[in-house]
This record gives sequence, C-alpha cells and structure tokens, in this order.
Amino acid sequence: MLVVKNLDVYYGKINAVCRVSLHVRAGEIVSLIGGNGAGKTTLLNAISGLIRTAGGSILYDGLDITKKDPDRIVKMGISHVPEGRLVFKPMSTEDNLLLGSFSRYSWGRSREINEDREQIYTIFPILKERRHQPAGTLSGGEQQMLAIGRALMAKPKLLLLDEPSMGLGPVIIKEIFRHIIELRDRYGLTVLLVEQNARNALRIADSGYVLETGRVVLQGAADDLLANKDVQRAYLGRDLDTEMDVQ
Amino acid sequence: MYWEQDKETMNREDLEQLQLERLQATLSRVYRNVPFYRKKFDEAGVDPDGFRSLGDISKLPFTTKDDLRNSYPYGMFAVPLREVVRIHASSGTTGTPTVVGYTKNDIKTWSNLVSRILTAGGITKDDVIQIAFGYGLFTGGFGHHYGAERVGASVIPISSGNTARQIKIMQDFKTTALICTPSYALLLADAIAEAGINANSLSLRYGLFGAEPWSEAMRTELQDRLKIIATDNYGLSEVIGPGVSGECLERHGLHISEDHFLVEVVDPVTLEVLAPGETGELVITSLTKEACPVIRFRTRDLTSLIPAPCPCGRKFIRMSRVTGRSDDMLIIKGVNVFPSQIEAVLFAIEGTEPHYQIVVERKGALDVATVLVEVSEAMFFDEMKKQNELMALIRKSLADELGISVNVKLVEKKTLERVEGKAKRVIDRREI
Repeated sequence: MLVVKNLDVYYGKINAVCRVSLHVRAGEIVSLIGGNGAGKTTLLNAISGLIRTAGGSILYDGLDITKKDPDRIVKMGISHVPEGRLVFKPMSTEDNLLLGSFSRYSWGRSREINEDREQIYTIFPILKERRHQPAGTLSGGEQQMLAIGRALMAKPKLLLLDEPSMGLGPVIIKEIFRHIIELRDRYGLTVLLVEQNARNALRIADSGYVLETGRVVLQGAADDLLANKDVQRAYLGRDLDTEMDVQ
Repeated sequence: MYWEQDKETMNREDLEQLQLERLQATLSRVYRNVPFYRKKFDEAGVDPDGFRSLGDISKLPFTTKDDLRNSYPYGMFAVPLREVVRIHASSGTTGTPTVVGYTKNDIKTWSNLVSRILTAGGITKDDVIQIAFGYGLFTGGFGHHYGAERVGASVIPISSGNTARQIKIMQDFKTTALICTPSYALLLADAIAEAGINANSLSLRYGLFGAEPWSEAMRTELQDRLKIIATDNYGLSEVIGPGVSGECLERHGLHISEDHFLVEVVDPVTLEVLAPGETGELVITSLTKEACPVIRFRTRDLTSLIPAPCPCGRKFIRMSRVTGRSDDMLIIKGVNVFPSQIEAVLFAIEGTEPHYQIVVERKGALDVATVLVEVSEAMFFDEMKKQNELMALIRKSLADELGISVNVKLVEKKTLERVEGKAKRVIDRREI
C-alpha cells in the first residue's frame, strides 16, 4: 500500500531522515521504532505532507504523493494521529470527532458521518460517556483514544500513529494497543506505528524498522526484531538473558 | 510445492524494494559496527548514505577470502561475541581457516533457507533423510540438518564415512532422501551394487547433492542407479553455508534466495558486472545476516544467471551449475584444497625441493589425489627406509593440513613439467 524509497528530509543542514526506504502492505501493522531524535516523527510528517522532502519518493497505492498537499493526502485515505495527541482542548469530545470528518463533509453526508461517529463510540465507549465534556478534561489515555477516533472519522485506509503510548501508564497502553489490533483485524485498517515503546510496538506488528540518526539500520519480521540482541539491548531496555538468571 | 510461497513467488518490483531496504540497512549497520568495512568504504571513497538504487552496488568494494582470512578469527563480526550462538570455519589458503559466526536469528534464517531448497528438491515432512556430510566445523552437515529438521522430516545425522554402515542404515531406517557430495553418492551406488543389493528394494526417492561440481552425465547415472531424483544445491560458508541456491524439480538451474542474497556475475579479471547469461564469477552480498554480513563477496565460482522464468513458478532468478573456479582452488572429495597449502607444508619439510605437482583423478566414484614431490639427488638415491620415512612424513603433514588423505610420490629433481620455468602445479584429470 505504501512504498517509500530513498526519502531525505532536512531541517536546515541537519539530515533528519537519510535515504529511508520502507514499505507497508495492506492489512499489516508495521512498527517504526527508535530512540529520541531518530527521525520517526519527521518521517511520518513527510508521509502525510506536513513537511517538505528533499529527495526520494512516497508511493501510495501506486500513486506518487511525495509533493501532494496534506489535505489531498487525507482525502486519498491516509490519516495521521500526531505525537502528543493534539486534541482541541476547549472543544467537546464529540466536536473533536466531527472535526475529523471535515474532509468528507458535505450536506448530503451528515447522516453517514453521524453513523461513523456512533461506530467510533462502539470502539471507544468511554468517549461516548464523555461526549459533551471539553476534550481537555479527559485523561491522557482517553485523549489518545479521541485522537485516534478523530483520525478514523476521515475513513482512512492507512493510519499513521505517532507514539500513542507516550505519557500513558502501562494498563491504558495495553488497552490502546489492543484497540490498534482490533482496528486491523475487524476494520481492515493498515497501520504504520511509530513508537519509542519498542516492546509493545513489535509485539503487535507484522514487521518493523529500526531507525537510528535518520537511517534504517535494521528491518525484518517483528518477531525477529524482538529476538535481535541489539534491539533488546538498545530499545527493550535490558539484556533479558543476564537478568533471567536461571540456576 | 513451496516452502514459503509468498516469498518465493514475490513479484520483481516488491522483491527489488525489499532488496533495497535490506541492503541499505545492512550498509548502515556494517559501516557502523564493522571496522573492516568502515575502513574499506572510506578507502574506496564510498559513502553508504549515497546508496540509493540496486545499481549502486557496483560502486561498493569487493570482499575476498583473503580479507576474511586476515580478520581471523572474529575481526569481521558485526555483533559482540556473546550474541554469536554458532561458529563454523572453512579451510584457508595457508592454514588459517576463515571463521563465520551466527546469531540466533541467523540460525533461524539459515535453517529456513535450507528448508526452501529441500522443499524445492522434493522433500516433505514425511521423508527420512540421511545426511552424509561431515558434522563439524564445515557448514555442510549442520546446515542441511537444521533445514531438514525445520521441514519436519526425520533426520539421521549419520555424518560422513563408514560406507557399509551407511548402506545398512539406508536399508534398515528406510531412508528416502540422501544428502551428500555427488561423488560419495556414486561411491554408495557402487557399494550397493557390489553388495548385491537391488536399488529398487531401497526406499530412496530423492538425492540432494552439492559441495563440488558435477555433470549432467553424473546426474543421470545417479538417478538411474539409485532410483532417485537428484538435484544440485549450492552454498559457501563465507556467505552462510548451504542454502544460497538450489534446483527445483525442473532441474534446470539453481534458484537463488534473492530476498536474502543479492547476486552479481562479474568478469574475474576486469571485475566488471556482466549481463545475465554471460559466464563469470559469482559475487554475493548478504541482505539479512546479523553476525557476519558480507558485501560483494567474490566466491571465485564461475557461473551464469538464467533470467528466463522457470516453469515451477518460483520468481527467484536461477544460476547455472557451477562450471569451475576463477582461482586455483581444487575440490577433492568435497574438501576445498589450495595448492599453496601444499606448498606451505612442503616448505617446512627438509629434503624436499620447492617443486611439486598435484595430480587429481577420479578412480571409480572417488577422487584420488597424488602429490608428486621433487627431492634432492641425495634423497632420491638414498636408502628406501629414508625415502619411506620422508613419504610418510609428507603424507601425514598433508593430511593434517588439508583434512584429506593424499598419495605421495617422490620424483627426481627437474622431472616435473615446467611452464616458463615454474612447475605446472595442478593436473586435474577428472572430467566434470
């Protein structure tokens, strides 16, 4: 579905993304992991058209979207859940969701959009409970679900998810990741997931890419990356073998 | 039947994207983690960040067996030793073997690649497989074993040697597939005939042979005499071991696992990349190896690529059977032998002159190597006892160094054929 080839992004002289090539197949969850400043968010922003690229190509279903405007890219079926969630805090939960459907909105469509909104409430029941509350009063996890719901309101085929676990506790993270799997399995969504929480990101993914200083250094099936010692040491936080001291 | 249908029938565009991604990641990784490659790239003025298309590979420097030898033992490992779960080695040119390491993931990949080849050659989990490659530092034994086990077949790790026992087990254990060198298979065929056993009474159905070049005529003979379908497979420890490529049942070229290895065929002299169909030296770049990645490794094996699609449906490109070497290495009884190894041994032994010749013939099924050594006049006309002692010493030293036994003959000085003043080192009378 998505094929990225030799993508270059610069911030001034800094090569934030250097000849990155990756692909996401329809119906898969692909995880992009790496530390702070590795270039993951920059990469997602480049794909959704928010920042300009200096070289390389991005193909979506065979079409070149490298230089397209972000609103065009949303209409083509790619939704981006940004880092930090960025819900509109003074607006109600429900209004945030409706805003997500902005690109699809037209007079005849309002019933369809309301049905989609109800479907979001089925996926995330807590949002229905809080539908009239200002989004700023929701907890971190609830805001994350709202941000995802808002992105889904554009009826995407490909979801770009930037660090959904950031700032959230382990219990709610588990729930959110469960939802991501559900989105793939039940709703046929394709997901490109960016995470510093490598363990969870690789556990639910089909394949993964490891980014370091703007370059892909490792790619492969998610299971293989989980078993890769470099990944374990650098991103899974510990050397599991030395810690699991079996007598 | 495919082992990994989605991968073996991947369309070219998807395959090339995968190759590009994997090579870019490998280059970033080796530049960072392997001082040898960082130095090599810097010396060649190559910036791995500049690698943007598969065609750019021709800008990268080559890796040779000498490079591996000079990094003995762990100089080219890209991961810390504690992450290496297996170490194999192959013979070197002057007594220093080349060492290769494998992480857990590498072992998994390796097993999978061999499983692909076994499946292409007809093997399923219902097969009983007799692996008559030596189990040890050479990759042939363990490499085939892990792949066969992964397929789910019943594996008999009988290793090499003891022909009578091989045959008894083949009968009693109802072996359905034989994995060994083609010359050993021929030896077994001879022994079976000699023992008066009818090959039809055996359960053999498939033979997967490799580690040395063999002809179509030999394939026909093995298939007729052992009542099997015989396929060729290819690999080398520096790249991974067996599993690099293997024939499907069409038996018309060996499919290369291109999602793990990027191959080129180059002119052995000019090192220019040749077009598919032209014969040259096979150069292999690993795309997924973790412990010991190799960039443009010169295999010294001569072959050509067959770009036409194969009726079996596999989309991986095929290579022709290996036709020879671009260096002076010999394969005797499945073992790699460099004439310079013999030279080094003789050099250390008193009484020998620096002129020798190695004659390799095939007697029946097996290779027979005879090393003719020129000795000083004094030695040549000396007591038989002294001559025999010297011959025994040379034979033992060579056996220790090469790993195979050779015959030794002492000859008078200046009797060996000279070409431009230098003795002709190798006379290979075998017809492959």
